[in-house]
Amino acid sequence: MTHDPMAEIRASFFVECEELLESLQDALSVMADSLEGDGAQDTETINVVFRAVHSIKGGAGAFGLTALVAFAHRFETVMDELRCGRLVVDHDAMKLFFQAADMLADHVRLARDDATGSPPGSEEMLLAVEALMGERASEAEEEVVEFAPMGLAFDLGLPDLDEPDSGGADLGGADLDGTEPDGRWTVTLRPQDALYASGNEPFHLLRALADLGTASTTCDLSALPALDALMPEASCLSWTVELTGEIAEGDIRAVFDFVEDVAEITITEGHSHGALAAPEALPAPALPVNASAAAPAASPSAATAGAAPSPVAPASAAAAVATLTPVAPALAILPGAGSAPEQAAERLAAPAAERPSAPPPTAAPAQTAPTEAVAATVRVDLDRIDRLVNLVGELVINQAMLAQSVTEAGLPANSTVMNGLEAFMMLTRDIQDSVMMIRAQPVKPLFQRMARIVREASAAVGKEVRLRSEGEGTEVDKTVIERLADPLTHMIRNAVDHGLETPDRRREAGKPEEGVVTLSAQHRSGRVVIEVADDGAGIDRPRVRDIAIRKGLVAPDAVLTDAEIDNLLFLPGFSTASQISALSGRGVGMDVVKQAISALGGRIAITSERGQGTRFSISLPLTLAVLDGMVVRVSGETLVIPLSSIVETATLSAQDIRSLGPETSVIHIRGGFVPLFDLGTELGYRGPKTSYEGGIVLLTAQEDGSRAALVVDEILEQRQVVIKGLQHGYGNIPGVAAATILGDGQIALILDPGDLVENATGRTRSADTLFALAG
Amino acid sequence: MTETRSQSSTEVELLSFRLAEQEYSVPIMSVREIRGWTRATPLPHSPPFMRGVINLRGTVLPVIDLASRLGMPPVEGDARNVIIVVHAGGQSVGLLVDAVSDILALPRSDLQPPPELAADYAHSFVQALTIVDGRMIRVLDLSAVLPTYQTEAA
Repeated sequence: MTHDPMAEIRASFFVECEELLESLQDALSVMADSLEGDGAQDTETINVVFRAVHSIKGGAGAFGLTALVAFAHRFETVMDELRCGRLVVDHDAMKLFFQAADMLADHVRLARDDATGSPPGSEEMLLAVEALMGERASEAEEEVVEFAPMGLAFDLGLPDLDEPDSGGADLGGADLDGTEPDGRWTVTLRPQDALYASGNEPFHLLRALADLGTASTTCDLSALPALDALMPEASCLSWTVELTGEIAEGDIRAVFDFVEDVAEITITEGHSHGALAAPEALPAPALPVNASAAAPAASPSAATAGAAPSPVAPASAAAAVATLTPVAPALAILPGAGSAPEQAAERLAAPAAERPSAPPPTAAPAQTAPTEAVAATVRVDLDRIDRLVNLVGELVINQAMLAQSVTEAGLPANSTVMNGLEAFMMLTRDIQDSVMMIRAQPVKPLFQRMARIVREASAAVGKEVRLRSEGEGTEVDKTVIERLADPLTHMIRNAVDHGLETPDRRREAGKPEEGVVTLSAQHRSGRVVIEVADDGAGIDRPRVRDIAIRKGLVAPDAVLTDAEIDNLLFLPGFSTASQISALSGRGVGMDVVKQAISALGGRIAITSERGQGTRFSISLPLTLAVLDGMVVRVSGETLVIPLSSIVETATLSAQDIRSLGPETSVIHIRGGFVPLFDLGTELGYRGPKTSYEGGIVLLTAQEDGSRAALVVDEILEQRQVVIKGLQHGYGNIPGVAAATILGDGQIALILDPGDLVENATGRTRSADTLFALAG
Repeated sequence: MTETRSQSSTEVELLSFRLAEQEYSVPIMSVREIRGWTRATPLPHSPPFMRGVINLRGTVLPVIDLASRLGMPPVEGDARNVIIVVHAGGQSVGLLVDAVSDILALPRSDLQPPPELAADYAHSFVQALTIVDGRMIRVLDLSAVLPTYQTEAA
């Protein structure tokens, strides 16, 4: 019952960590790509990397996660070298960074699970990464480096708990940087209403600027309306400050740390009025402000001067007084400056004073970063969404029932009730679609996990492999994503281990030594298609066939097409790897993958070209919540059979049915014999019929290619049904996958034909493909 | 919090219902709602007392024929019967009974342990006995009534 706010904050920290780790992976991938390209690294990307590590460290410090802090700190130090341009990224370094990022993820996971200590290999990893700095770092300390200032958007959401020493490390080169001898800066400040609303005060900002050097401030009154039109809460003034002195841009930026999203701020080098970055800042010739000019503007709010946010505060007017070289006079003329504004001034000035060495953000990142962060999302418990999905399902059913009763009431088609009901139906459908969309998530996190699998797998087998991912933004139902992780891992490992050749072989074949595994996702006709492709040697079909024959999976004289040979890979117990490696080759392979995919209602296909590579395509339903089914009736019960498993439907004639043994029969269809199952008997609704002549059968195909004919009494319709899980506690009902609620409010069971046939109890079992199950 | 309250008080509140001319009851705190009879969709390969599943506002609710579960002839299942939705042991289950009769509030001390009569199958489902207006009312042990499928399915 005790409510622990700290636990909540801690939980949200770890959620945030996941996001940071994701952006870290992203940025590293971008770096790797540009390494492949022209080799030039985008500074903002490096900043993202640095920021992610830094934020994790900051948060971890707040929760006393010492191991995580220690790792993040040393990793960050290296990243800082990179950020300062003192470390040149090459191929090996990139690889190390990726591994270090993985290790960081491990650290986070350990910390989340309340485990202490470090994951194995952590120290070695750090030493390896730090070795990159090596002598380069120590040399760098000697010289004053030409340094391009870079952005560091402070993540104020996280407590920034830099210990002093780490602060020093962060800002390694920052103290020296950007120093412009006798720098001249032009700063324009145009506060928005929100600046005043949030209790900030431009005067303090201007004063803080003036603290930095010699400041010449002009106030732009052009936007100031006549007194009677003056909105007391609207922002009318803007300022241009010309600063002279040895000032780093970052110091100027630091002044605006708290207001950068509520004011337009431009910082340009030089004093030239003509070359101002924001020409609109000075639409009219800026008026040099004198006290008397400012006074009328100031007067409306002068009465309220104090803690209350005042749009045109007297202080600002005072600050605008021409030149502000020594700050003291400006303070002196503060009209009625009570202690409150004084303290506010101290507070505002304090950050600027405390962070003289803050890494100087450039204009671009500082302004773009906040907008990126504001991609508004809400974190919601999955339970809540599921409840919503349930309720919407109920709404759909209610609406169907309502529609039925309205029809029964015999109202004319154009009556108000009917029109209203139609609008209601459309709304319901929209709501249902939108709710389903909430559950959809991009596959990106899944793909990033696969990137790690590739790195680890390639390291284990000594191959150079790069993972290219496409369509990371493709959205799939969350449950599908979760249950796709294992099969994908398997396939990726297979691609690295079996699919790609060794570097030597690749060289011989005239390919680049580095193999490429492509992981892609896309929507295709209402399904999502995920492909794992490698540019390896392709399937060695003669060898696959030999192995299959040796293992007794196919008859030695069987004539197989290429596609059939490829599909042998999916047979249980098949493995081509001659030796068992650390990764694969234990015979638990593609059959398991295929099972997992089928369990998701998906299909898997394989294409391969000798010497060019192999491609596995997984086609999945967009959601597990809805299923295309055939609604049938069997001895008074309504059942749903997944459409994906039905090959065809047929009406039986007397000569189709052949008895096989005393209790079982097969049907003769399209030149083959298919075992016949009576659904009514199998589900215990009734005994077998005396004759199945004229009966309707659904021909179903299992994943292993075997077929079965299911006898039903009547086919009602084909429709989408909302899947309702049979809650735990029912136990596993053989042949039943789930349930759904029909339009009349009744529950219908959704059958799993594969499971049903496997568990068929007799009466109509054939001895065709089902030997194994006869016992 | 509700549990602590009911435990600390000396009163118990029971919902009593009829089942084949006998009166049974369940603690009222475990009752979620009472529903009219609706046809349940039978589940294949389930024990005979398992009446099937019904749609409870979009969730699938299993319904147990309580009479059958207690070893009596199954309830017919018509408009007069009701389904008591109870929540116990982390799951919700509907109990099909003949009719709901009363809500009783009585001191805990009025509950007596049932006598040991091993011959009666229903005995193991009865937690306590009490007498109200000369009628004997059996208090059901819900955790015993609810099926444990993990073991039965095996």
